[in-house]
Amino acid sequence: MNAREEILNRVRGALGDVVQPDSAVDVPIPWVYGRPTAMPDILERFVEMTVDYKAVVRRVPAAGVPAAVAEMLVAAGVGSAVLPVGLDEAWCAAIAAAGITVHRDEPPLSNKELNAIDAVVTASAVSIAETGTIVLDHADNQGRRALTLVPDTHLVVVRADQVVSDVPEAVGRLAAAVTGGSPLTWISGGSATSDIELIRVEGVHGPRTLLVVLAE
Amino acid sequence: MSSEAVRRTPAPPTGTYIGMPKFAKNAKVQLADQQLRKNLRKATGTIRAKRVDRVAEVPEWEELRLAGEAIKNRTLRHLDTYLVQLEESLVRNGAKVHWARDAAEANAIVVELVKAKGVDEVVKVKSMATQEIDLNEALEEAGIAAWETDLAELIVQLGHDRPSHILVPAIHRNRSEVREIFLREMKLYGTPAPTDLTDEPVVLAAAARTHLREKFLRAKVAISGANFAIAETGTLVVVESEGNGRMCLTLPDTLISVVGIEKTLPTVADLEVFMRLLPRSSTGERMNPYTSMWNGVTPGDGPQEVHVVLIDNGRTKVLADPDGRAALRCIRCSACLNICPVYERVGGHAYGSVYPGPIGAVLTPQLRGTTSDIDKSLPFASTLCGACFEVCPVRIPIPDMLVHMRHKVADEKRHHVGVEQTAIAVAGWALSSSKHFELVQRVAMLAGRVLPGRTHLGPLPWPAAPWTNARDLPMPPTESFRAWWKRTRGESA
Repeated sequence: MNAREEILNRVRGALGDVVQPDSAVDVPIPWVYGRPTAMPDILERFVEMTVDYKAVVRRVPAAGVPAAVAEMLVAAGVGSAVLPVGLDEAWCAAIAAAGITVHRDEPPLSNKELNAIDAVVTASAVSIAETGTIVLDHADNQGRRALTLVPDTHLVVVRADQVVSDVPEAVGRLAAAVTGGSPLTWISGGSATSDIELIRVEGVHGPRTLLVVLAE
Repeated sequence: MSSEAVRRTPAPPTGTYIGMPKFAKNAKVQLADQQLRKNLRKATGTIRAKRVDRVAEVPEWEELRLAGEAIKNRTLRHLDTYLVQLEESLVRNGAKVHWARDAAEANAIVVELVKAKGVDEVVKVKSMATQEIDLNEALEEAGIAAWETDLAELIVQLGHDRPSHILVPAIHRNRSEVREIFLREMKLYGTPAPTDLTDEPVVLAAAARTHLREKFLRAKVAISGANFAIAETGTLVVVESEGNGRMCLTLPDTLISVVGIEKTLPTVADLEVFMRLLPRSSTGERMNPYTSMWNGVTPGDGPQEVHVVLIDNGRTKVLADPDGRAALRCIRCSACLNICPVYERVGGHAYGSVYPGPIGAVLTPQLRGTTSDIDKSLPFASTLCGACFEVCPVRIPIPDMLVHMRHKVADEKRHHVGVEQTAIAVAGWALSSSKHFELVQRVAMLAGRVLPGRTHLGPLPWPAAPWTNARDLPMPPTESFRAWWKRTRGESA
């Protein structure tokens, strides 16, 4: 018997006491999925929680995004940036106009090339107010996963209509992307560790600086 | 030439977990270490306080725990169905699925996969499953260096040490110890630590970043575990903080994930429960810094060759005991370790397993059986105070299960006549009738009169030694309640 058959047989043998074949009937889940969490102001909470994770957040009207993106990169001392192929052309133009060396990921850059670039600029898929989390589904305006990982600064643009109250609403919105095969990256602040004496230290392997533009 | 010289990675301590003496003996050694106790007290105190704050922010916390418990129960009670579905989904996503009955089989599969890529090193995401099967040593024996990339795992690996906590494996080390380890060891295995390294956690973290960056950038193969595996979509989920997980899951060409069969969840929607329960219970955060979810191979993004090794390694034995099965609900958050008064004092090493603390005390003897001294003793490594159940995000009734496991161990011992069995037999006789009970009382009161003025008996000679070495036995009273009642109220009663 191969390992697969044997393990499945062991599992079936172990569950002799389970007589109801329908798992949903056998064990009901006392939970209503997808409910929002009540809060006075979702955007306010999102900003508060993201700042709590040491991210730099700027709220601008939608038309002000290109200028805000360029200004924040310059203020962070960024000299070069990689831009995903599907990034808004107006943002790309503003970044180039600010004197930042622009790299496009076409053809794909090597890991070493990425490691030499200061920053990455992306859009995002969904954000969670209660936890200060920004989720990427790596669509064309966010790029493949390595882009938002190797450079030390990540500037991400969040649209106000992409911000939901809490995790259940976010999972609901993301389900289609997951079913469609997209990977997801959930980002809550910059990389951090609490491995030494359980003291939180910001900045380990992922981008150490997280810049957020909230477009309203 | 020492054997150390031919190794690729730092040698762990010698000896096996199974060969360790019983818990009480290990605990005595650990308790004598003042530094360890100080480190643990500080760390567990900090994380307990954080968890309480974060849990208090969620009014429906108890509802979430009940949902987490139910989802896991549903999965476990129909695990065969969900495993088959998970496999189908993974294959559809372009992943290759392997099944392993035990640790040896899992290790052999991974070693073969790595060898087939023609590489002699891999980078690793922190994973309890790969620790459980001792994968690093299996790779080392095959001439493959496995580099741990989680900061705490790196500290443990470079320190020639063993992990002592599920979430923070180096919880027993303080900053100055970490500094010494980095200065001494990093240069032997790659980018050295800067010579002016201080013991500031932020400086130590930066040294780890520099040391590991070259390994991430050149790695061709990565090995991970998974926090959750979604049957519906074949999505694997890794929850982490530092970004080392993202590095391993994204940069190499080949990814091998070793996943315990009990990590399965039915649907993507179920993540809304667990992504709220896990971060608040484990690190005491609203959300951990990074979570990665991937569906096999994503063309043009990340590893283009993806393997998933589903391991049993004792899990079906746990599943077969309806009273022990709940241990498989564990999502490895470690809240039970942080709250446990026993863990806080003795630390993780005394438990003789990669799963220490209360959950380890119920899980390890079920996974491994109760034949060794250490495994027999683990269900007794608890005061049954119940705090572990209160904090468990999936409501594992650890205290009840400890009692259940004690029964199992006691039943297995029943066939030999030992001190404990004799004592229980004597107690059974004494409590079987009031005459017997009075006789025993009279004998005990005699002892009280023989040693006047003492409030406690110290350690007694064998056969009472194992009991009294760790406990103060109060002196028997010179008069029993029943004798006193008879003397003072006897006439009127």
